[in-house]
Amino acid sequence: MFPLKVTDLRWRVGGRAVLDGLTLELGGDGITILLGPNGAGKSVLLRSLCGLIEPESGHIDFGGGPRPDFGVAMVFQQPKMLRDSLLGNVELALRPLGAAAAERRSRAHAVLERVGLAHRATDSARGLSGGERQRLALARAWITRPRLLLLDEPTASLDPSSVEAIERIVREIRTEGTRILMTTHNLGQATRLADDVVFMDAGRVCEHAPVQRFFARPASQAARLYILGELPWRMAF
Amino acid sequence: MSGLGAAFSDAFALLAGFDHQVAEIVTLSLEVSGLAVLLGTLIGLPLGACLGVGRFPGRQLLVVMLNGCMGLPSVVVGVVVYLALSRSGPLGYLGLLYSPTAMVIAQTVLVVPLMAAIARQVVEDAWREYEEELTAMGFRWAGRVRVLLYDCRHSLLVALLAGLGRAMSEVGAVMIVGGNIDRSTRTMTTAIALETSKGDLPLAVALGMVLLAVILLLNGVAYALRQWAMRRYA
Repeated sequence: MFPLKVTDLRWRVGGRAVLDGLTLELGGDGITILLGPNGAGKSVLLRSLCGLIEPESGHIDFGGGPRPDFGVAMVFQQPKMLRDSLLGNVELALRPLGAAAAERRSRAHAVLERVGLAHRATDSARGLSGGERQRLALARAWITRPRLLLLDEPTASLDPSSVEAIERIVREIRTEGTRILMTTHNLGQATRLADDVVFMDAGRVCEHAPVQRFFARPASQAARLYILGELPWRMAF
Repeated sequence: MSGLGAAFSDAFALLAGFDHQVAEIVTLSLEVSGLAVLLGTLIGLPLGACLGVGRFPGRQLLVVMLNGCMGLPSVVVGVVVYLALSRSGPLGYLGLLYSPTAMVIAQTVLVVPLMAAIARQVVEDAWREYEEELTAMGFRWAGRVRVLLYDCRHSLLVALLAGLGRAMSEVGAVMIVGGNIDRSTRTMTTAIALETSKGDLPLAVALGMVLLAVILLLNGVAYALRQWAMRRYA
């Protein structure tokens, strides 16, 4: 699946270029944080990598081939849960993989334990708080043992303790060899989690650098202004 | 007014005495309608879910046709099923005309479009909500249909109730294909129609009360189930 090469990706909505010739290459290890202002194309890039969006042009190469049917998981900013228990929701992710019922159940219990939700395994998933719901979404992705995990602002609107819990889970997932590509607007979180940072603006990659270098010496003017919180507001449409 | 009072009084007496004729008619009605709704569930719900999730050429035309079929006149369905099952018809060799099976077939034809159309709308709404999650998880078409039918199970009770309501209240089609034969194909609705025309109001009123009671009971159960589901699954 790696190196993951994205070449000249283009995608438009209503005449506006959301991805405008985006090119990026990712190796097989670590956590990459996608930074950039709203409308930069971060979420669209993740959706393209997950196969939810078909770009108008460009190419995505997963280690020399097309996107594999399995091995890529995604957690959304507002994950949707079935009207079922936590167990049922986590087991759901194993169904397309053809796992047997007993295996689904035992793996679901194990992963719920790891995200700290085992005590609520039989509760309704729709009764969870925002932070718990996001941990459940991570469990649902983790249970498939993905090679690439895409996280679209998983800690947006969460309280500090929930953010800490999510970051701990993300680090754990990473230690098991899962490559993580995550978007966030939380620069502190980026410094805590990232190995490298991809800075995007206007549908393009402006900069791709190790995290320390990115924050110490950003190469692009847009990244400098973004870090300082002074990137000019741009009309999206 | 006194005639009406006497009819109700006699009807209550029939019900209180567990009249054999009433029991027979009620049982047959429940069997025929229950089977038709069961078949409608097995055919209509997956069909509606497939239309709700699938994106293929001609889908919109199918949706329009399905919605149109919700209002199929029951006598027209009765005539079509009659022609199909009559001795000179394509299915005449089965010898099903004027049998409870013929009535089940006619009622199934009536309830399938109704149940499928409701299921299509319910599942399509759910699909909009879950599309990205299920696609990202790698669910294909059949898997999506299964997951959404399960997730919408409480909302789909409406489809079951609508189907049951349509089947139990239907009179035209079962009259044509069943023949309203005493102790064989006489249902509550056909018996009510016949007894009213004969002037035997007590039996008609008694059957009418049972029909209403059954429909109210089923709606009550469905409502309670839905309330429970809303509490359980937030």
